Amino acid sequence: MSVLIDQRALLDEVTQFIYREARFQDDHAYDEWESLWTDDGVYWIPANGEGGDPEKEMSIIYDNRSRIALRIRQFHTGKRFSQTPQSRLRRIVSNVELLQHEGDELVVTSNAMVFESAVRGDTVWASRNEYTLRREGDALRMVRKKVVLVNNETALYSMAFLI
Amino acid sequence: MSNCAPVIPIAPAATAGPAIRWDELVREDHVHGSLYTDPAIYQAELQKIWYSTWIYVGHESEVPNANDYVMKSIGPEPILMTRDKAGQINLLHNRCPHRGNRVCMTEKGNARSFTCPYHGWTFGNDGALRGYPFPSGYEGADRSQLGLGKVARVSSHRGFVFGSFAQEGESLLEHLGAAAGAIDALCRNSPEGEVEVTAGYLKHKVKANWKFLVENETDGYHPSFVHASIFEVAQSGIGTLYDSDSTAVSRDFGKGHTENDLRPEFRKRGVPLSWFGTTADKLPAYVAQMEAAYGQDKAREIMIDGTPHIMIFPNLFIAEIQLFVLQPLSVDHTVQHVTAIQFKGAPDINRRLRQQTMGSVGPAGFLLADDAAMYERTQLGVQASNPEWLYLGRGRHRERLDENGYRIGDATDETPSRGIWRHYKSLMEAA
Repeated sequence: MSVLIDQRALLDEVTQFIYREARFQDDHAYDEWESLWTDDGVYWIPANGEGGDPEKEMSIIYDNRSRIALRIRQFHTGKRFSQTPQSRLRRIVSNVELLQHEGDELVVTSNAMVFESAVRGDTVWASRNEYTLRREGDALRMVRKKVVLVNNETALYSMAFLI
Repeated sequence: MSNCAPVIPIAPAATAGPAIRWDELVREDHVHGSLYTDPAIYQAELQKIWYSTWIYVGHESEVPNANDYVMKSIGPEPILMTRDKAGQINLLHNRCPHRGNRVCMTEKGNARSFTCPYHGWTFGNDGALRGYPFPSGYEGADRSQLGLGKVARVSSHRGFVFGSFAQEGESLLEHLGAAAGAIDALCRNSPEGEVEVTAGYLKHKVKANWKFLVENETDGYHPSFVHASIFEVAQSGIGTLYDSDSTAVSRDFGKGHTENDLRPEFRKRGVPLSWFGTTADKLPAYVAQMEAAYGQDKAREIMIDGTPHIMIFPNLFIAEIQLFVLQPLSVDHTVQHVTAIQFKGAPDINRRLRQQTMGSVGPAGFLLADDAAMYERTQLGVQASNPEWLYLGRGRHRERLDENGYRIGDATDETPSRGIWRHYKSLMEAA
């Protein structure tokens, strides 16, 4: 019984973490979003299905931690024209599942649907998001986030906002 | 045989209308806004440019083995690039000659034949009809006329495969002119003298006319503004190449091919691999391979000059380390297929070429997402009616000829745009 309760509490904590990340992204709260990453974080948005080996094949985003920071600094210049004016965003995150729990690290999957309204027009994005989260002190942080867009085998419009 | 191909709309047939006066729309330093927005003009371009001239299709290294194939395009038309069992490259239309069904629905693979799922007709990877089920129903039919459509002419230069729907016309080398030399210069940066296209593509769609992309590729005026955000936060060294006092030149090779020749700046620096934003000590294996292949002096020269920045009209853009293939889908939709160029036999630099490309280009790229924003806003902008024209006059007063007789301008001048439009007009006016 207590094991189940612990699992339920963990799933709640993870779900709240993912909702918070979604809110930071929708609100373009760049620094708050960046603070969710561990120092060895990797942000990966493959192209062409699951993306194969990102060290060998092109990905839409394959950022190590310093490149995540560069991405955020570029937003802060105010001249990142693909996000000036910013896309207006709201996303629904669902189907949160805890797939693995070993030591300090958790593997979590979820589905997301994002509605974007931008200069070009309105676009709906859908993805499966895979996270590796690590407990650092009291908080969970992202070690890895992989966003598998449902339509990543087709030609995609720009998506310079955080997804 | 796993991935579904993206659906590429087939262009409707051109409709007859009043003859377009190209000389009124395209002037020496102005072009009319309707050239980017009029669907009738787009249809005319498909006939006069995309379905007539040499179009870049793919690279031989994308089909390295016998029976490999990959889905490509010529304008909005899907094209299968195959290597048959004899090693020959074929460009085939992806349309069953029976009922018009799309025959191949996978992005790439290895297949000796393609079978149309509708009625089971089977074609060799050279396009020839191999057979159809229940053949007694086709008594007297000429099987040689029932193969997949073949692109009329196929030719390649240094592994870069081009196709033309026109049965006759100038050779690929005549079409490329001086651009062939730029491809050669690119290949020299590989210790084996060859480049490869093996890293897969990003497909980046923009809601804009294809010509905005062609013109932007060698527009040396925009980087200081459109890319100010990334120049400000990354030590890229690109920004100064396009300053108003840059010694780089813009060049019109004729035939619509244009370049930003950055070598004067790189030669001024005189530092090998400075063109790539790095130094020789960071890539010792590559430098050693280059010196072994070309000798120390020649290798140094190659590694100072770097790779070209050339737009080969109408759809191949070699951007130093990236290859862009432009594909119009309609008058206001264009896809850029982009990948990292790989130098054959040089794994240490290839990894960096991929990493740098991934950061720069595609839907979320530090550079290209902002270019795309400009393409889309320009497309919106030209729909406003006043003024009706776009102005291409920058640097006209200082345009000059180089030692080979090509028009050149300063780094930020619009010599390339004027060259593109001059060629465009000649193609559109041709009977």
